[in-house]
Parts: sequence; structure tokens; C-alpha cells
Amino acid sequence: MARPVQPLVIRFTHWVNLVTLLVMAGSGLRILAAFPQLGAVSFPYRWYPFQGDPPPGALTVGGWLGGARHLHFAFAWLLVLNAALYLVYFAASGEWRERLFLPWRDARSAWHTVLHDLRLRREPPASVGLYNGAQRLAYTAALALGVLCVLSGLALYKPVQLRVLTAALGGYDAARALHLLALSLLALFTLVHVVQVLLHPRTLLDMTLGGRRGEDGGARP
Amino acid sequence: MSAQGRRRFLSRALGAAGLAAAGGLACDPSRPSRGLLGLSERWNEWIERFLFDRSRLAPELPAEAETPPGMFPAYRIGDFYPEAPGGWALTVGGLVARPATLSLDELKRLPRTRLRVRHHCVEGWSAVASWEGVRLSELARLVGADPRARYVEFRSFEEGYYSCWDLESVLHPQTILAYGMDGAPLAPEYGAPLRLYSGVKLGYKMVKYLSVVSFLPMRTGGYWENQGYEWFAGV
Repeated sequence: MARPVQPLVIRFTHWVNLVTLLVMAGSGLRILAAFPQLGAVSFPYRWYPFQGDPPPGALTVGGWLGGARHLHFAFAWLLVLNAALYLVYFAASGEWRERLFLPWRDARSAWHTVLHDLRLRREPPASVGLYNGAQRLAYTAALALGVLCVLSGLALYKPVQLRVLTAALGGYDAARALHLLALSLLALFTLVHVVQVLLHPRTLLDMTLGGRRGEDGGARP
Repeated sequence: MSAQGRRRFLSRALGAAGLAAAGGLACDPSRPSRGLLGLSERWNEWIERFLFDRSRLAPELPAEAETPPGMFPAYRIGDFYPEAPGGWALTVGGLVARPATLSLDELKRLPRTRLRVRHHCVEGWSAVASWEGVRLSELARLVGADPRARYVEFRSFEEGYYSCWDLESVLHPQTILAYGMDGAPLAPEYGAPLRLYSGVKLGYKMVKYLSVVSFLPMRTGGYWENQGYEWFAGV
């Protein structure tokens, strides 16, 4: 039997990831609310436009700082275990060939997609297999952002015991800014992702039930 | 989708929703030491102790990194900064061979250590000061702490203010009883006359206004810990 468009492990980890990311983002914002500034005390980062503005309460999870921290450090394990399962499958199954952005294959298609979406190019972009270049670029960027979230999070969790990592990220306060930046970019990715799914509802079915691949390896129309 | 497939999908969805609801009940952020959150705190403590290395030091920082005078945040648990009782002295007891009562002058005659490390607050801010005092490891040696005492409790003369630490963090070379800050005697808002200071714990573990240090075989709680903040809180 041919492999579905979205194999079981990818569907499972995708939806587990959605739940854990929501809890991580909400509890993370509740932690941020306790000190809604970036930069050390007396040395605030000038480039940060929201100094002193707490995130909207409706976006936060956990109710209070201590509760949010407990949630954050419990769900972090779920997130990392889920990501590990995904990455092992990703590498071992060969799915990475379908999904990872490989510049020599995908850069041209990604550029054409951007032009097409901006109405500067009439012909739709060429897809190679499952995705076009822009999709691969977006999904690969999301993976990289996930890695950045985890690494900067570890530096914030143990800035002294993991002092080499913390220093590599530019120090504790820089790691905190990177952590929030990675979250913001992931939120932006998610927004675009959801809009694209609404425009192509078939993909939601595939990500839930699997779907069947067409002759060329791509999803059937 | 066939009728059978639909039923299977529905039952799976219901199962997942039930599981999520049960997980929600066991994950109550208003009682973070219980249920799944409590379990994960104990698991995280195991990881934190595993990562902890007594010889790994918090980076010593240059004078330029210091938070400007008066800008280092000062928190208090009551309505005002408490004042030390007359004739203040530090009592050191518990599982020790030679219980001791030490005046500030006696503490200052013990080997002196200076630290300038980053302070990490649970709220997320960081600040830097230089601290002067005597190492807890020096004090443990002085009173002959029993190796069965795996925990140390720090009590303040401020009613209800205390914390408890694991012995390894207590004996870390950057854990001190501080009587000086930024080249001056400790000010009331920072814990005068004596406070706990360390490069390896979050700020709320560093008890101010110290009066009693006890070496104990079992852990106790603490002012912040009893409200649900993490007990280990290493950095």
C-alpha cells in the first residue's frame, strides 16, 4: 500500500505539537507578563517596541507566574519528546526529502511562488512531489524556529549550568529576546499556515486522515 | 468516509477529548505541586541535580556590568523592610558537631569572598551587583556539619520568611552569607545585616535578614515555595 500524503507519525506529532505549542506559548507569555521588558535591569533593549507592555491576558495560560512556570517546564518535555519522535521518523523514513528545503531544488520554485502570490507572475509555481519550494521553505523555517526556541529556552532555564550555550546565544538577556523572537516568528508562520489551510481545506483532511498520494507522488487534487 | 470509519473517527476524537480533560484536571496551575505538575517538578529537580556541577561557576562579570546604584530591584514580603533586633547574631545548628552563634564581627573575621555574577529573578529580569561575605562551605567546616544533613534551612528574623536548599548548592563556592554589597555594608532593602547570596539559584531562594542556619536530614519548604514556586530553582 502506498504511503499516505501525511503518514501516521507525522499526523500524530503534528496535532500533539499544536496542543503543546499552544500551552507553551500561553504559559510563556504569562511568564513574560511578570517582567514585560527585554534587556537587563537598567539596560533595556532600545529596539524592543513593547517595553513595559504585558501581553494580552487572553493569550496567557496558567493564571500566575508560578503556575505558568510549572506548566511551561512540564509541557516542554512533551514538546521535546514529540519533536524527537517526529525527527527520528523524519530522518529514518526518508520523508525529509519531500519536506526539507533544498536550495538547489526548491529556491527557483519558492521565488516563483512569491511572484505568483504577488500577482507578478501568471503561471503557478512548479511543485516537486508533495510541496512547492515556498512551502518547503516555510516548513523548514518552522523547524529551525523550533530548534531556536528549545536552545534559547534551555539557556534561560539553566544559564549557569549551561553557560557555554548561554554565552553562544549572547548571554541570558539576549537568549530571552531570542526566545520571544522565535515565538513571534512561529506565531506569524502559524497565521500564514492557517490562512493557507483555509484556502486549501483538502490539506486539513490529509493531515487528519492521511490522504492518498497521486501518481507523481503529490497529493491528489 | 464509510459509516464504520466515521464511527471509529468519532470514538477516537471522544477518547482524545476525555484524555485531555483528565490531563487538565491533573494539571492545575493554581496547585502546581500536585498532580502531573507536581510529578513533573520532581522529574525536573532530578534533571536539575543531574546538570548541577559543584565546580561549574557562574561567570564573574566586569565592573561595567554592574546595575547602577539604587537600581538593583529590592523586594520585600511585608509592608516595610525589617530591622535587625538589638544584639543580632547568627545561630548555626541542626546536625552539626559544634553549634555556633556568630556576631557580624565574627563573621567578618572568617575568610572573605567576593562575587560579581548575574542575578536571575524568577520574574525574568537580571541584574548585577558585587557581593562580599563568607562561603557557606567555610561555615559548614567551622561547625562540623554532619554529612547526613542533605538539606540546609535558612530562617530570617522576619516572621515566616525562610527557605530550604539542597546541600550541593549550599556548598557551591559561589554560595555565601553576604554582609556587603557594591563595596558598602548591606543596606536594609537588600537584607541587612546578613543575607544568603548565590550564583546558582534564582533570587527568591536567597533569604534576606538571616538569623538561623540549620543543617537538616530532610527538606522543608519556604515562604515562596509554600506558595507554589519551584523548590529547587537552580540556574
